[in-house]
Amino acid sequence: MATSAPAVSAPSLHEKLLRIWETPHSLFGVLGTVDHKKIGKRYLVTAFVFLLLGGIEAALMRLQLAGPDRHVLSPEAYNQLFTMHGVTMIFLYASPILSGFSNYVWPLILGSRDMAFPRLNAFSYWMFLASGIFLYSSFLVGQSPDRGWFAYAPMTEGTYSPGLNMDFYALGLILLTISTTVGAINFITTVFRLRAPGMSINRLPIFVWGTLTTSFAILFALPSLTVACVMLYFDRRFGMHFFDASSGGHPLLWQHLFWIFGHPWVYVIVLPAMGIMSDLIPVFSRRPLVGYTYVALATVATGILGFGVWVHHMFATGIPALSTDFFSAASMVIAIPSAVAVFAWLATIWQGRPVMRTPFLFAAGFIVLFVMGGVSGVVTAAVPFDWQVTDTYFVVAHLHYVLVGINVFPVIAGFYFWLPKMTGRMLDERLGRWNFWTMFLGFNLGFFPMHIAGLLGMPRRVYTYPAGLGWDAVNLITTIGAYVFAVGVLLFLVNVFVSFRRGRVAGPNPWDAPTLEWAVSSPPPPYNFAVLPTVGSRHPLWEERLQEPGGRSRIDEGPALAEGRETLGVSPLDAQANEVITMPEDSLYPFFLAVSLLVTFYGLLTGAWALAIAGGVLDVALSIGWLWPSHRMVEAVS
Amino acid sequence: MLGWVLIIISCLVILVVGMLVLVGSWRGHTRELGPPERSGGGLRWILVGGVIVPAAILTAVFIFTVVTQAAVAAPATPPAITVRVTGHQWWWEVHYLDRSPSRMAVTANEIHIPVGQPVRFELTTGDVIHSFWIPQLAGKTDLVPGQRNVMWLEADSAGIYRGQCAEYCGTQHAKMALAIVAEPAGKFSQWLDRQRQPAPAPADSDIAAGARVFASSACSLCHTVRGTLAGGQLGPDLTHVAGRATLAAGMLPNTRGNLAGWIANPQAIKPGALMPVVPLRPTELLAVVTFLQSLQ
Repeated sequence: MATSAPAVSAPSLHEKLLRIWETPHSLFGVLGTVDHKKIGKRYLVTAFVFLLLGGIEAALMRLQLAGPDRHVLSPEAYNQLFTMHGVTMIFLYASPILSGFSNYVWPLILGSRDMAFPRLNAFSYWMFLASGIFLYSSFLVGQSPDRGWFAYAPMTEGTYSPGLNMDFYALGLILLTISTTVGAINFITTVFRLRAPGMSINRLPIFVWGTLTTSFAILFALPSLTVACVMLYFDRRFGMHFFDASSGGHPLLWQHLFWIFGHPWVYVIVLPAMGIMSDLIPVFSRRPLVGYTYVALATVATGILGFGVWVHHMFATGIPALSTDFFSAASMVIAIPSAVAVFAWLATIWQGRPVMRTPFLFAAGFIVLFVMGGVSGVVTAAVPFDWQVTDTYFVVAHLHYVLVGINVFPVIAGFYFWLPKMTGRMLDERLGRWNFWTMFLGFNLGFFPMHIAGLLGMPRRVYTYPAGLGWDAVNLITTIGAYVFAVGVLLFLVNVFVSFRRGRVAGPNPWDAPTLEWAVSSPPPPYNFAVLPTVGSRHPLWEERLQEPGGRSRIDEGPALAEGRETLGVSPLDAQANEVITMPEDSLYPFFLAVSLLVTFYGLLTGAWALAIAGGVLDVALSIGWLWPSHRMVEAVS
Repeated sequence: MLGWVLIIISCLVILVVGMLVLVGSWRGHTRELGPPERSGGGLRWILVGGVIVPAAILTAVFIFTVVTQAAVAAPATPPAITVRVTGHQWWWEVHYLDRSPSRMAVTANEIHIPVGQPVRFELTTGDVIHSFWIPQLAGKTDLVPGQRNVMWLEADSAGIYRGQCAEYCGTQHAKMALAIVAEPAGKFSQWLDRQRQPAPAPADSDIAAGARVFASSACSLCHTVRGTLAGGQLGPDLTHVAGRATLAAGMLPNTRGNLAGWIANPQAIKPGALMPVVPLRPTELLAVVTFLQSLQ
């Protein structure tokens, strides 16, 4: 019978695909897997651990600052903690957590079987872990970076910073830029080549637009940081003078290089998160996003404009008025695409029928915090006002509204939204509401008073302050709020662990959401899709009910490609299938290359040149081994 | 003025969007996930709220910014006094410049200015980047190695204005304060005249003893007391230290007890400060304190 045929063939297809795609349950599997879902989950867990570490650092600092002249921390300890707090949150949490979501979700949402370069993907994760280990190993020798995450020269030069502290910083960040760069290349290639046929560029979810824009921004911005760190290391280790004004260098060279990277990086860590919100708000408003095209364009426009605003970090360095005016104007113009996105979300909520589940609560809170962080950013773009508030707690408040509001809140929303896909179990709604309100109120209680502290003249990066300047009360309130916020984060963790044991079974599509990742089981099988789907609209799982014009998506029928590790390649813009692509097997090369690079960098750190050279030789050997054509690949090509 | 306008606009924007989120989420919300529908347009929201209104506000703010910036770019009358401030880890070296070298004056951490007159500041640094900031009088200007930044400020009423280094500059960045003392022109010139003088000759044998200890111990390797043999260049000029209100870059009131405590163990007050503990016998310590307190 026609109906029984799939029932018989489906399990056998399942087993066949499983044999091809499943990572073996062995040490080899653990270290060698290239499954994007496993790598994505590793990214998420590792980045979240770094969020907790950065949070502990912040909690210690808030104890020290709870009142004037307290002695919880020595100045050296405080300076190491605030530096590592910044480095951790910006580099080891905010960007990798979004890479985690993208890694896990992209092939599913795009209707593919893996990322374009699965081994590079594994390598990207191992390098991220290696850089985290490298940076945190500095605590073991008591010489953590202590010159701020922005590390302004010449305070980072050997003369003023003789320990290993800033060597850990420079080399640790170079390791991380390797990870981030290969990750960005992988994302860009994946989106242009590995989509479901029919998913033309105007049908990409906004989350994909966000990470795509971010990946391009990374490719153009990150080299500037890498170069700056290499120069810093050369200055420190080999006595060069890139940033030494007394020998013809200039400290502002560092600031330019750093902020040419640094400001686009702000958009790197918010655009994918805004994309998560743009896809999640429609699900809980029960309608498509209002103004899809404008939000997609706004995303790209923000990414591009983000390269033209870096000098607003340097208004007080004595730069001529004409250039400060230019960068002031650019910093204000960049508010417009953000406003477009905000009003697209608002219109979606107003034109829809909102359902107040936990992800939606976090999304609504996110919009409010986004606007607060946005306007406090616009006012600091006004040069004379910036001269007053820059390097004060006003800016600390602003950047936390931006980074917590536009990164942490969407990330938690993303967990509530996608964790059921990853684990197959729902998070608890009641605990979720408590989680949201504790985090939202705690955050505002803690961080809003920082604006006032800044306006009262409290500078940033001070390990203590004298009594009698009117800063005592606001600081105490900030400390209390910070701890309430921390309780909120712990409630989230409790919810996650409870859901592992007792969570309601999610099923494939618990939110009745429109995109392809919800078409497969929760958790998805190792091969993602038994047959590769074809997409006919922006909302494959809603199109029947929305009666969208155009073709229909086909989820349950399509090529199975069960003869090997294969997936479909498509044309970059209109996504016409044009190739069957053979994907690589699991491999240990990415892991061992990351280990050997780590060894190399410890050699560079300590000046153990024999170790560094041996590591370098091993790096080259492993790279050659990795790239050596396998018989299977040769056969596939010929 | 600009600041207040910006803050009011910001609060209004936050209020409006906050209300839109709140009302929009509440109005027409449902308990269960209903069927998805494509209802209404909504593009007007984006056009009005996302483009027209922000563009209008931002244009106005930008013009206001540029006008304000032009207004504070230069004082109405050219400043008659130029003060060169050099940042050090973690204190401020202050020179009053003059065409005639004999009329230059050197002090530290406390800058006197005449009320109602613009004063020009030349800002440089002896080591790392610092930032000169007197919140009540002017915005920040950085002190950057290899360049000389210039700014000006003016105090409209007499008083003491606290300032603090605003660019992270190392271990004791938190304890790098300074004060601007704005006083009537007559009083100011008196003060400046005194700063130009060398230290007074020891008035009694205790002071003379202290001066000898100071000159023969490690103190004089870093500090200058003009008119004596002490000519060190690394630390603050102490020629008229007793005339200053505070010690250790704005950290302690300048009392006999604090001065003795600071000399005995600067690391207890500013851990990491570059001033070492100089081994002095108690009698020597007291003599040095007496000497320094005589340096009006």
